[in-house]
Amino acid sequence: MDKLLRILSENSSFTPAQLARMLGEPEDYIKAQIKAYEDSGVIRGYRAVVNWDNVPDSGVQALIELKVAPQQQKGFDEIAERIMGFDEVESVSLMAGSYDLLLTVKGETIQDVSSFVAKKLAALDGILSTATHFMLKRYKDNGVALVDTEASTDGREMVV
Amino acid sequence: MEYERKLTESIQGIRPSGIRRFFDIVNEMDNVISLSVGEPDFKTPWHVREAGIRSLELGKTWYTPNRGFRELREEICRFLYRRYQLTYDPDTEVVVTVGGSEAIDIALRCLCGAGDEVLIPQPSFVCYEPLTVMAGATPVTIETKAENAFRLTAEELEQAITDRTKLLVLPYPNNPTGAIMERDDLVAIARVIEKHDLMVLSDEIYSELTYGGKNHVSIASIDGMRERTVVINGFSKAYAMTGWRLGYAAAPVPIAEMLTKLHQYCIMSSPTTAQYAAIEALRHGDQDIAGMRSEYDMRRRFVVGTLCDMGLDTFTPEGAFYAFPCIRSTGLSSEAFCTRLLHEKRVALVPGSAFGDSGEGYVRLSYSYSLKHLSEALSLIEAFIREL
Repeated sequence: MDKLLRILSENSSFTPAQLARMLGEPEDYIKAQIKAYEDSGVIRGYRAVVNWDNVPDSGVQALIELKVAPQQQKGFDEIAERIMGFDEVESVSLMAGSYDLLLTVKGETIQDVSSFVAKKLAALDGILSTATHFMLKRYKDNGVALVDTEASTDGREMVV
Repeated sequence: MEYERKLTESIQGIRPSGIRRFFDIVNEMDNVISLSVGEPDFKTPWHVREAGIRSLELGKTWYTPNRGFRELREEICRFLYRRYQLTYDPDTEVVVTVGGSEAIDIALRCLCGAGDEVLIPQPSFVCYEPLTVMAGATPVTIETKAENAFRLTAEELEQAITDRTKLLVLPYPNNPTGAIMERDDLVAIARVIEKHDLMVLSDEIYSELTYGGKNHVSIASIDGMRERTVVINGFSKAYAMTGWRLGYAAAPVPIAEMLTKLHQYCIMSSPTTAQYAAIEALRHGDQDIAGMRSEYDMRRRFVVGTLCDMGLDTFTPEGAFYAFPCIRSTGLSSEAFCTRLLHEKRVALVPGSAFGDSGEGYVRLSYSYSLKHLSEALSLIEAFIREL
């Protein structure tokens, strides 16, 4: 995998000058690479990894499994694109297996999410069934541990 | 009781480690960002841990043969040949030890004693001098210099030799400088060694961690040197296996026999679980090493570049995982620099003077930390220097 993308995907706060040093490339080259990735849509944005569990009143999250009737010509794309238009929806993926689309949905309360599923999602043409799973606690997200574990602490000692 | 009279003069005469002394202070403080630890931040690769766990599940908890499992010795010999073109007989020329440290200790005790002088290039790891003293011999230090890329030169070696010189300790790739010795350097050293009929203890524990395409060269692979060399290596740095405590020595039969005899009496056999894990590491661990090496290399470039940019004259390390910037431009001693940095910015480095008098004017900074951690610490060091 591209090393530049790997570093940025772990931590996007390094400056081009720092990245240039790590990778042993000129700074201008790094800037051009990043711009090319942004222009071509490989890099879609930069944001903080927030542990919402530690933020009071940050709402609830749910995973929703959807079974969908695929449409002529368009397959699952049309319905997926309609669903991703809702503000409540954070992610949409087409899955292999016992259901078709997997959504991550955010709301202020469980009632908000329930009413979104009942009134907006289920009402769409082509939705055959929904299964909603509310998240209780997140341990790891986007490759980042959200809780401190014994395995993640630096237990190294000065021994000599 | 007057314990001073009960304990030997030699052990009482040995200075406590300079690193330890400094870290007794660090341990008293909270929220310190450390760049001081001398071991990989990576965990032992999972398949290697699994091999150890599996051996425990099977109840393989007995002693091993004194020299270590034959299977392990075979893999060690294959590794030494594959990586450094060294040829050793697994039955008679290898002994598996408790870390490289035990190998250093028993090699010194087998090769030198009262009246012998042992040459120790410095800056270097802190154990050679005390262990030489405990072997009854006399340590003689050789100061390596930044202008020679901290390599040992034939002239420096020649100048340090007396009628009593018996052994040269060759600690490359070097902790703390990050220096390596290339083939030409070793050839020049080898001629002096032969001329004066000396032996070599080559501590190659960092041999897998060299950068810029410069693979490690063992002095034992230089013409005429195999018969004069004890090669010491281990699993700690290459495979991130420090806590397993496993290393080895490879040497010609007459030496290996004596090493085994001493090892048999003081250790009996090295940890069994660790030996099972090490077999797996040698068989299937080359990719793990390559991955970690590439990660260290990225950090090395980042750290050295950043230190140079903040005005610290920093030798470009080609091995191990340490940067060794010169801090003379700040007007502070190594110890004062580290103490003030610790108190003013809560960043812990190791004073260069801990690695011998010739380390004065330098500090050791370990880059076996995540890029994020390194970046935070370097920003604080930069602020510290700016405010001086």
